[in-house]
Amino acid sequence: MEEIIEKLKVQIIEQLNLEDMEPEDIDADEPLFGEGLGLDSIDALELIVLLEKEYGIKIQNPKDGQKIFYSVKTMAEFISANQK
Amino acid sequence: MNRELYVNNYCIVRDHRIYVNGKLCFESPVSNGLREFAKAAYRNLAPNYNKFFKMDEISKLGFIASEYLLNYISIDEYKNDEISIILSNSHSTLVTDTNHQNTISDPESFFPSPSVFVYTLPNIMIGEISIRNGIKGENAFFIVEKFNPEIIVNHINNLFLTNKSRAFIGGWVNHTETDYEAFLYFVTDKKALPHNRQVINNLYNNL
Repeated sequence: MEEIIEKLKVQIIEQLNLEDMEPEDIDADEPLFGEGLGLDSIDALELIVLLEKEYGIKIQNPKDGQKIFYSVKTMAEFISANQK
Repeated sequence: MNRELYVNNYCIVRDHRIYVNGKLCFESPVSNGLREFAKAAYRNLAPNYNKFFKMDEISKLGFIASEYLLNYISIDEYKNDEISIILSNSHSTLVTDTNHQNTISDPESFFPSPSVFVYTLPNIMIGEISIRNGIKGENAFFIVEKFNPEIIVNHINNLFLTNKSRAFIGGWVNHTETDYEAFLYFVTDKKALPHNRQVINNLYNNL
C-alpha cells in the first residue's frame, strides 16, 4: 500500500502540474478537494484519466468518485482492490 | 463627458523580455521557449496564484502580460462589468490543439487529457485574466492573419460609444511552435495617447 501511495503522489504532482510541491508535502489522509490540496473539477477528470491510463482501472459508477478520490490513501486502496 | 479613449499603459512580451510603457521590466536568463520564460516571469512577480501552473502556454503568456500591465495601474475604480477584454492573434491555440491531438491520435493509447482539452480555445485565456482580476465585462477574441490594430481599436471604440464598458484591455497574444509574442494595452477615457490604429500600430512596432 505504501508503495502505491508514494507512486500516486508523484503521479498526481506530475499530472496536475502541482508546481512547487514535493511528494512529502502531500499528506496521504488529507482531502484532495476543498481545503486539502484544493483541486478542482478538471483535476477530478484528470485523476479519472490517471487511474485508467496508469492502472487500467475504469470507474464504473461515477457516484463512487467522491469516496475514491477523497484522499491519496483512498485512491491507493481503490487501486489495490481493483488492479488486475 | 469625454467620449474619446486613450491608451494609458501598454505591455510587450517579446524575445524573453517584458516591457511596460516602453521600459524593460523583466528579462529572463532562460531562452529556451515560452514555458520556462513564463515560469521565470511569474516567479519574478511572485503573485502567489497557483492556478497559473495549470494553464496552457498561451494562457500563461496572456496571464503574464496582463499581470505586468496591471501591476502598474489600479482597476479598482471601475466596476467588474465596466472592464472589457478584446484580444486577437493569428494562431489561435494551435500549439495546445496539437498537444491535444497527440493524446488522441493513437487508438491504442487514447487518453485525452481534460486539462489540455479545456484550453483548446483562445478565449479561455481571456477567462483566466478575467478570473484573476474579477473582470466581468464584454470579451472577444479575433483570429486574424497578422497583427491588425483596426479590428481591436474599432471593437473597443464601439463598446465604449455604446456604453458597454469604461475600461478595456486590448491587444495581441500569439504563440507558435517556435515563437511567442504578447502586446496588451489598457484603455480608458483618461487623457494619454489617443486610441487609434496608428498609435496602436506604433506601440506594437516600437520594440
